[in-house]
Amino acid sequence: MSLRTETGPYFGDFGGRFVPESLIAALDELDEAWQLAKLDPAFHDELDGLLRDYVGRPSPLTEVRRFAEHAGGARVFLKREDLNHTGSHKINNVLGQALLTKRVGKTRVIAETGAGQHGVATATAAALFGLECVIYMGEVDTERQALNVARMRLLGAEVIPVTHGSRTLKDAINEAMRDWVTNVGHTNYIFGTVAGPHPFPAMVRDLQKVIGEEARAQMLERTGTLPTAVAACVGGGSNAIGIFHAFLDDADVALYGFEAGGEGVDTERHAATIGKGRPGVLHGARSYLLQDEDGQTIESHSISAGLDYPGVGPEHSWLADVGRARYRASTDAAAMDALRLLSRTEGIIPAIESAHALAGALELGRELGPEASILVNLSGRGDKDMETAAKWFELIDGEEGA
Amino acid sequence: MSVGETIDARVAAGTGALVGYLPVGFPSLGASVDAAVALVENGVDALELGIPYSDPVMDGPVIQDATQAALANGFRLAHGFEAVRAIRAQVDAPVLMMTYWNPVVQYGVDRFADDLAAAGGAGLITPDLVPDEGDAWLAASDRTGLDRVFLAAPSSSDARLALTVEASRGFVYAVSTMGITGARADVDRAARELVERLRTAGSPRSCVGVGISTAEQVREVVSYADGAIVGSALVKALADGGVEGVAALAAELARGTRPTG
Ligand SMILES: Cc1ncc(COP(=O)(O)O)c(C=O)c1O
Repeated sequence: MSLRTETGPYFGDFGGRFVPESLIAALDELDEAWQLAKLDPAFHDELDGLLRDYVGRPSPLTEVRRFAEHAGGARVFLKREDLNHTGSHKINNVLGQALLTKRVGKTRVIAETGAGQHGVATATAAALFGLECVIYMGEVDTERQALNVARMRLLGAEVIPVTHGSRTLKDAINEAMRDWVTNVGHTNYIFGTVAGPHPFPAMVRDLQKVIGEEARAQMLERTGTLPTAVAACVGGGSNAIGIFHAFLDDADVALYGFEAGGEGVDTERHAATIGKGRPGVLHGARSYLLQDEDGQTIESHSISAGLDYPGVGPEHSWLADVGRARYRASTDAAAMDALRLLSRTEGIIPAIESAHALAGALELGRELGPEASILVNLSGRGDKDMETAAKWFELIDGEEGA
Repeated sequence: MSVGETIDARVAAGTGALVGYLPVGFPSLGASVDAAVALVENGVDALELGIPYSDPVMDGPVIQDATQAALANGFRLAHGFEAVRAIRAQVDAPVLMMTYWNPVVQYGVDRFADDLAAAGGAGLITPDLVPDEGDAWLAASDRTGLDRVFLAAPSSSDARLALTVEASRGFVYAVSTMGITGARADVDRAARELVERLRTAGSPRSCVGVGISTAEQVREVVSYADGAIVGSALVKALADGGVEGVAALAAELARGTRPTG
């Protein structure tokens, strides 16, 4: 049975629509527009044209030999989503949803953002299509990703720092939902990951699966065979599902998602949702969730703003439950080491989010041995993270740290 | 009396019902119970007791601040049942709990229903549970006889209104305007139309909530709906003026349910 044909609203026991009734009509409208767009060659022509001429797809596949020396001798290949316009995989999804916004005749878009990459991508598309744009971002994240705040503002978006709750991605989503409930008549919510109520998990997956489709063909062309394993970081899970999806029915290809282990999954400071959470309802879907006994969401922690989220997309919860994908965690320290290693061995500075997948690949390589080949989704570039990295490695005033 | 009977009695008396919302545990568990009792003593017909939740997407800043404060003060779900019991021991008004869905799921839908019924609660208002996802709750509420109040919005299609009316028991919560909780200067005309559509869809009772804050608005709403629901304004009165302050506002709002003159 194919695992690639799931269309939602449910993925096994996960997914659905747990939202105020006020949003159901908008979700239905979006779902309908998406179903029609999927069947419309004109939509695909327009989207494919943008992905090619504006984003720069297909993104390259880069073999990283010097980095791989640290990965037990396995071959390591990076899918270069960092080279996309705006610097991450987020733009793939946003352009699709921005085209959809035009199709449903709305003039204003809103989005949540953690690392700022989805916000930058949304602000970019809004500029391109002449849409009014408001981005909600947790106050903590506006501080650690200040460069991206400036980028969004330069692109003409309004950035609203969210000061409630944990002041990170989860609260930005709450605030964006409140805006949407209020302004749904003329506003479309461009959701940034494969979480949220139906149709977002399936729609965002469909818009990101191009990553894996390209990478699968590139691996076959480059190596004559499929990779032993595919590795991606998991926040909400869009870059991971994007690269996994084409491989779901290739039973011999192992799929690994790397969640943010923060200060360690046995501490209270991590974002290992699948690893340490249990099923519950958050942000419109049933999925794994970090929560206390009463079902109150527990604040997550990660050095990476884009992975600092106590929920995860429902399709990942399902893939974990059926055993098709495995989910592990990379700690802050392991991710930062991998970030520096890739920078020094290959001249590629990855996003801290993506560095979690790189740390995972180092571990997998040592386990799988020199015969293995590992495909890593390099979901974004690290420019936005220079301040965090500079602090971590003490790069600015004096000697480098540990 | 059940929620339905309470509302019907008020409508028969030519007034319409006043439903008051307060969160459990704000400013403290004891004060929230005292405040709820004071609402009833000052003319509120039915209570909507909010369960504080970490991610309240339907709530505006006033209720968010109050519920976050309650959580910071150590609110636990068990306090919700304690509060219902304590209120019911003092006043006879029906008490509905208003809760986001995940706490119920984690507590266990059946266990939650049993404990609410045992505490003397009347049912649940579920802002992020639509009937489509509500099988477990429909079964548990049928088994225990608890009321289930689902929300209807101006944007709901006729088919969805029919589904909501069919699934609801007690009343249907007509969301007055597209938006989240919080006082508004005028309650949308959309509310009047929604109540009319709900009636056409067969709803025996609709109460209008979200944005209602003054006696004048209550008076307007009960002229076409079976009841008016007031939340943020009461929470703000409690925050600013304590139990006395919220009691005074309740009395003023209750005057709005009576015909002028
Ligand atoms: C570069 C990059 N990778 C990964 C993520 C995590 O999101 P997701 O798990 O949806 O791919 C983000 C989110 O901001 C990001 O910016």
